Amino acid sequence: MGNDMTTTVDASEIAKFEAMAAEWWDPTGKFKPLHMMNPVRLDYITTQIAGEFDRQLGTDQPFKGLRILDIGCGGGLLCEPMARLGAEIVGVDAAARNIPVAETHAAQSGLQIDYRHTTAEAMAADGEQFDVVLNMEVVEHVADPLAYLNACRQLLKPGGLHLCSTINRNPKSFAMAIVGAEYVMRWLPKGTHEWSKFITPDELYDLMRKAGLDPVDRKGYVFNPITWKWSISDRDLSVNYVTAALKPA
Amino acid sequence: MDNPGKAPILRLMEHDLIIVGGGLNGPALALAAARSGLTSCVIDALPIAAREAADFDGRSYALAQASKRLLAGLDLWEQLADTAQPMHQIKVSDGRVGEASAFLGLQFDSAEIEEGPMGYMLEDRYLRRALLRAMADSDRIEDRAETRVIAQDTGPKGVSITLDTGEVIRGRLLIGADGRQSGTATRAGIRRTGWSYGQTALVCAIAHEKPHDGIAHQLFLPPGPLAILPLTGNRSSIVWSETDSRAQAIHALPDHDYLDILRPRFGDFLGRIDLAGQRYTYPLNLTLANSFTAERLALVGDAAHGMHPIAGQGLNAGLRDVAALAHVIDHAVKRGEDFASPLVLDRYAGWRRWDTASLAASTDLFNRLFSNDNPLLRGIRDIGMGLINAAPALRRGFIREAAGLTGDLPDLMR
Repeated sequence: MGNDMTTTVDASEIAKFEAMAAEWWDPTGKFKPLHMMNPVRLDYITTQIAGEFDRQLGTDQPFKGLRILDIGCGGGLLCEPMARLGAEIVGVDAAARNIPVAETHAAQSGLQIDYRHTTAEAMAADGEQFDVVLNMEVVEHVADPLAYLNACRQLLKPGGLHLCSTINRNPKSFAMAIVGAEYVMRWLPKGTHEWSKFITPDELYDLMRKAGLDPVDRKGYVFNPITWKWSISDRDLSVNYVTAALKPA
Repeated sequence: MDNPGKAPILRLMEHDLIIVGGGLNGPALALAAARSGLTSCVIDALPIAAREAADFDGRSYALAQASKRLLAGLDLWEQLADTAQPMHQIKVSDGRVGEASAFLGLQFDSAEIEEGPMGYMLEDRYLRRALLRAMADSDRIEDRAETRVIAQDTGPKGVSITLDTGEVIRGRLLIGADGRQSGTATRAGIRRTGWSYGQTALVCAIAHEKPHDGIAHQLFLPPGPLAILPLTGNRSSIVWSETDSRAQAIHALPDHDYLDILRPRFGDFLGRIDLAGQRYTYPLNLTLANSFTAERLALVGDAAHGMHPIAGQGLNAGLRDVAALAHVIDHAVKRGEDFASPLVLDRYAGWRRWDTASLAASTDLFNRLFSNDNPLLRGIRDIGMGLINAAPALRRGFIREAAGLTGDLPDLMR
């Protein structure tokens, strides 16, 4: 699929993809909120994977031999680090325009990443399986979360790890994620999130169990407006949070 | 050039870091990066032998507790400990030349904090040799001595530098550890802000009759501050400031006359004194790089900030840069991020920029307040010293600050 695209696009298209890739990866640009949050997301992801698959972070290519799927890969903000850590990574996005952009940046970074324009459900139907599924900030955007989580479970090998983050539903998350991020700070386009689709941690645990996954951990991502930094919290899951679940072996 | 007319020699090997400057901060960063599994190429114009000359030349550093922790983290402290003099107390006083100074005006004692001595006096020759030898022993560090960088090119994919031998070296991140007149910063188009104090520091080591008991003295005299910093044995390092012209005149004097000028400045509490080692002068000026980072480039030490050495903070600030940069790089590598990306370098710049600006401003203010015979300013500082002495919590805060133990500490300084 990726090959078809690169052979049919012309030079002006490539220039456009390069410009879009530069935008995705600009720490002060349109995706600044994602870049600010990315270190804590990666800390959680790498620590969970290392713990589950008994890998040592800080060694050369610690994730070698692991097959990882990133759903909603965007410009490749999670795929590239996973590839650098040695994983065999597949990035999928429902938005077709993201694929050549992510491919362009991966090539600039000298990384091998398999990017595809498809959905979790379609991949599950094809019988693809992974050691780890990264399901970051997607579940609050889908129409049927249970069906979607079922597809995620099918995409895991037995004993595989499912990492899923989303936004809690309460007055504070409404104030922070919608009023704050979309209207006050204008970090996100208005209408990015629909508050009623937000899911509480207990609801997510419940949905995952119904989808046949065993939840094992949950943590909050907390933004400190004084230091302007994100950190991981054991207790404060009031706005952004992340969960780890296993597919029974 | 060795190969006129020939194409540059392309080296296939790519280093993670290309470090320009093989003094103290450059090797320290290479050693810290090696602990994260990264390779470095360290470039310096001087041969190693010239850099690690083993004779005592009078140069020494007031190493803050935090800097000592970094050296311990690099496995260097064990071999350095015997050569370092712990500083147990710092006495600050106000005085006039020839008069008995008002001792105990202000006193800091490391017994008040639990972290140990507030610092150590360490001779340049020992520190330099320890760093250079560790660098030579590391299989992740390549040392390129006796060569200069004549061109550098940084782009989104990597860095390449051209040496005066015609050789091209490639890497992922370029580090400017090449001092206050950093060519690396200049070639990257980074401008500097700074000013001169119109003062010059006179530096020498003395041997004295009586023991110093591990006490450092900071005397504020109208011509400028004078520090007496304890070295091992009955020796101390002296740093004193005079106006530029006076300093040059004093420096030109023979040893005997030089000592005659120095003696009345701090009295006879150490007994008879003699020079031990060479004498140096350093013009006092402040120079700050307008940016600490650029594309695939980071500045450390004096290349980022050359400051007034009044509180001995030059090397300590440089080692703090090294520890902070090594910290953000290490965490980036563990997360799988591109450690030379603007995302990662911004974390380093943000971390160090504020620390450095506030330190430079406070040392500047301190110097202006104390290098003065204005009665009003003397009154203000006497009241200030009295207040700090009367408030143990405030004093402990100052001690921790001087020891480099405040603020957000990098992993290697914890």
